[in-house]
Parts: sequence; structure tokens; C-alpha cells
Amino acid sequence: MKARATFSETAGWRPVPILCLAALLLIGLLLSVMVGSVAVAPREALRALLTGGADDPVVAVVRQIRLPRALLAGMVGAALALAGLGFQAISRNPLADPAVLGVSSGASFGVVIAMLLGLAGPFGNPAVGTLFAFAGALLAAVSVYAIAQVDGRLPITTLLLSGVIIGLFFNSCVMLITALLAANELQGVVFWLMGNLAPTGGRTLAVLLLVLLIGAGVLARQAARLNLLALGEEQALQLGVEAERVKRSVFVAASLITGAAISAAGSIGFVGLIVPHAVRLLLGPDNRKLVPAAALLGAAFLILADLLARIVMAPAELPVGVITSFCGAPLFVYLLRSRRGGESI
Amino acid sequence: MNTVEVENVTFRYRTGQGVDEVTFQAAPGELVGIVGPNSAGKSTLLRLLSKVVAPQRGRILIQGREIGALPRLALAQRVAVVPQEFHVAFPFRVAEVVLMGRYPHAGGGAWESGRDRAVAQAALEATGIADLASRSMDELSGGERQLVSIARALAQEATILLLDEPTAHLDLRHQGIVLEILLRHHRGGRGTTILVSHDLNLAAEHCDRLLLLARGRVRALGHPEEVITEEHLAPAYGCPVTVERHPVSGRPRVQGVLNNRGNHGTVSHHSPDAREAGRS
Repeated sequence: MKARATFSETAGWRPVPILCLAALLLIGLLLSVMVGSVAVAPREALRALLTGGADDPVVAVVRQIRLPRALLAGMVGAALALAGLGFQAISRNPLADPAVLGVSSGASFGVVIAMLLGLAGPFGNPAVGTLFAFAGALLAAVSVYAIAQVDGRLPITTLLLSGVIIGLFFNSCVMLITALLAANELQGVVFWLMGNLAPTGGRTLAVLLLVLLIGAGVLARQAARLNLLALGEEQALQLGVEAERVKRSVFVAASLITGAAISAAGSIGFVGLIVPHAVRLLLGPDNRKLVPAAALLGAAFLILADLLARIVMAPAELPVGVITSFCGAPLFVYLLRSRRGGESI
Repeated sequence: MNTVEVENVTFRYRTGQGVDEVTFQAAPGELVGIVGPNSAGKSTLLRLLSKVVAPQRGRILIQGREIGALPRLALAQRVAVVPQEFHVAFPFRVAEVVLMGRYPHAGGGAWESGRDRAVAQAALEATGIADLASRSMDELSGGERQLVSIARALAQEATILLLDEPTAHLDLRHQGIVLEILLRHHRGGRGTTILVSHDLNLAAEHCDRLLLLARGRVRALGHPEEVITEEHLAPAYGCPVTVERHPVSGRPRVQGVLNNRGNHGTVSHHSPDAREAGRS
């Protein structure tokens, strides 16, 4: 029964890799509340996280400063990774990612519009900022797909080129709007544009969590159908999948979580490209495994990247986007060249 | 009861290609071949039968039910399609791709059951590729990919199997393998197989009935003996042909004739009248 053994090894649910990724996320979370200007021992950190205590300064640092930041990083990482996974599945292309497709730029444009109107920013409502970012992301994504479409297909060349064009266009729009902003608002905007995980308050986290759960839910629900979409749209139809409906819902969900991530933390590149790639190399291309795995690894990746951004030049902080790019680009090349070098691009 | 009934179906793409007023039936246990020149509407007919496109006029019944009223998932339980080309966007493994054929039965839901796995395994064995199960799709040859495509369709356990040029891009050995699998599967059950093929001799040799299409219209329908004739083929293909008998099976066999040879006076030049006369 050798063949049968091979068969069940190949296709199916295996919990161990997912559990490892979850453990990695927990370790990342713990590390990120331990490290900083005041070092906290692991036991102390755990105590502060689990039990608390009213006027203990360690508890205050851990629970009010470091934990919200780690949670923000984790959720933004998960959101960007899932958005990348979603865009890759519906465009049948492993290079699609919110930044590459210009969707991040569209979301940024939405946010600066909200800032210009005085609706977003440090004192604004994070839900409104998210809504504007979502609208911008959707606008950019629709434009890119409309431009890239040739005979109902999305060839890689036109997809990447239209992503670059739309990204540049919306970046220019962002520049234009920032030029209109008052000088005292400008610094915050620039800081946010560079990608900024500074704690922004409980409401931002709550909005982000809500949107992330919705987006992850949609992707998880559609995961099996997204697999069939890899056979091409016609064959997905012939296997009973309403391909157009699946694509649309994933398209909207990916734009929504991109919007929420950008609105909360600005533009952070590479996460949506690297993380789905990494989990695909680890687990194969089955989206039913990739959705939870990408969320966990995306969260862990950005938490650890942020940790690095805080300590490399301490007490100064690097924008976390620098770290994700510096880690991401070589890792990307490494993953691409090793094991499954034949993966088509 | 016929498993497939096509009544006066017309469908035209915006480019003008498509099919016009096509009528035919296929019964259980029947192997029907659809033949005809390029852009005759053969693939369009398969797309209509699998509800990728909907008829503009006429109607299609699948096991007695109007195709438009069948939900896509229910249709996929009845009709499986082997496409002309089979490309998978991400490096899925062979076992995973064959399991995708179980989607219509898995209730559109998350993970396949033990029975789904058993059926997929049987499909792999029926196509002789059980040893490829854990291979990645992007490591396979064209012939192996086509076998995976057929295994995926078999795993679907549909009564009606539609194949679009299943041997077109294959070498002689793989053509034989594919054909043997199909015929074995077909003779083993009461299913209906509809095979689109460019290969007239292959179709004439193995099909119970043939449907000859040209420019979207039915030019002939019946037993290969009745369809594979010089009178039908020459106008449909717009070139002279000769028909002989296969020395072993006795089935008709076609040979194209180059115009400039000029020594086959029987069917060399055809007027538009002759073309029309070719319709049955």
C-alpha cells in the first residue's frame, strides 16, 4: 500500500506546521514585550501579561506600551500577508501583492484624503480612516485589473506594469495632498507614510481586529474554491465554482484588509509578497492551509521586524518598512532559488 | 432516456464564431465524436454542454433537466470535462489536483472525506499514474499532465464525460495510453462520452456516432460509415479527400488530398451547391 501512503501524505491537513507557526508568533509576542529601553525578564513579562498589577512600572510598560504595539504589528502583518495571498490566488500569480499592485498606494491616498478633511489622523476616528483607505484600495485594485485585463485574462506583464502605473499615480496624488496639508500636520503624515507601528490606541486596534477577522473569514470560506481557480476560470466553472463571485468577494476582502492595515500603520512593503511565498514553500499551494499559516507567519514576521527596528539603532527607531525590505528581499531571493526553483513566475 | 439532448441550440460569440441550430442526442453507453474543421464550433459545443456559456436560442437537457435550471454544482456532479490544455497556476501536487475533482461531491466544503480520497486514488490507478501522486504539477511532461487531467475528470464520477482533443498534444505512445483509458472507462459503465477530435480516423475507429460540424452547423450526424464519406467531408473541410476502409476494423479511413496532385478527380473541385448538399 505504498501508493496510498504517499497519497495521504501529499494532500491533507497537517497540524504540526501550523502549531509551529503559532508557537513562533507567541515567542515573537513575548520577545517584543521583553525588549526595549528597559529590559524585562521573560518571567516578569509573562507575569505582567497574565496577571497585571496596578502601579507596577514594569506592568505599565509591558501592557500599555509594548503589548499594544506588538498587537498592532501582528495584526498589520497578518492583514498584509492575507491580502497578498488573496490577490495572488485570484490573479493566479505568485507576484501579486498589495504594494506591487498599487493597492497600497490607493489606500494611502484614501487616508491622506481623510486627513485633509480632518477625519483621520491622531484625533480622528480610525473606522473612518479605514473606510477611506478601503475605498482608495478598491479604486486602485479595480483600475489595475481593468487595465491589465486582456481577453478576460490577467497576463503577468500587463498586471505588473499596470500595478506600477497605478502605484505611481496614486503616490503622486498622495504627494499632492500632503503639499496641501498644514505644516503642523505634515510631520505626522510623513511619519505615517513611512510605515509606523507606534501605538495608536485601543480603537485603532479594535477596528483593525474586526476588519481582519472579516477578511480572514472570507478567505477561509473561499479557500477551497481559490484552489480550483488555479486550474483556470473555465475549469473552475466546470467543477461547480461560481468563479466570478469567488473572485469578487476575495477581491473586496483583500482590498478591505489592505485598507485597514495601511490606515493603521502606513505603507509597509514586502509582507504580502514574502509571507505567502514562504508558507507556500513550507506547506504547498493549498489555500486551505495557507490562510491560517499566512496569518500566523505574517503576524510573527512583522512583530519580529518591528522588534529589530526598535533595537538596531536604539534609542532611535527605524521605520519597520526598512527592516521588512532588508529581511524580505534576500529571503525572497533565497526562497525563490532553493527547493522549488521551478515555480513559475 | 437520452443523457444529453441538444435542441436547436444557437450561440454566437461577438466575433461571430459559434454554433447555429445544432440538434443532437446522446444516449447512455454511447460514445459520440464531434468532428469538423478549425473554428467549426466543436469546443463551443462543449462549453455550452458544461454551462460555461448559455445558449442564445434552443435548449440543452442534461439527464432530462434543463441545463440553465441546474445549479453549477449539480451539473458538475453529472458532467466532467477534460480540457484541451491543462495548466495549473501554482505547483499543486498530482494528488491534490485529482482531489479537486471531488469538489462537486464534497458539498463545496472544506476537506475531502475518506471516500473522496479513495475515489481519487482509484482514478489515479485507473490512469496508471498512482506513482506520480506526490509529484508537483510543474515537474510533469505534457503527456503526464494530460493523464492527471483525465484522472481528475474520472474522480468527478460524472455520468457524462466531455473531452476536448484529449490526444492533441501527445506523442503516439501517450495517445494510445489516453485512448485506452477512455475506452476502458467508457465500456465499463453506462456513461455517455462526448469526444471532440481533430483526428477523423481516431473518431471513425472508436465512436458509436459522429457529429460533423462546419462553420457552426451540423453537416452530418450518424454512424461513422454514414458521416465519413467524401460527399460530407470534402465540402465541410473545403478540400478534397479520399475515404478507404481500415484493413482490420473495416471502419472508414480518411486521407487528405493535396490540390496540386490533381489525380483524384472524384472530389477535387466543389461548388457552393455541393457544400450545401453536404448537410444532412
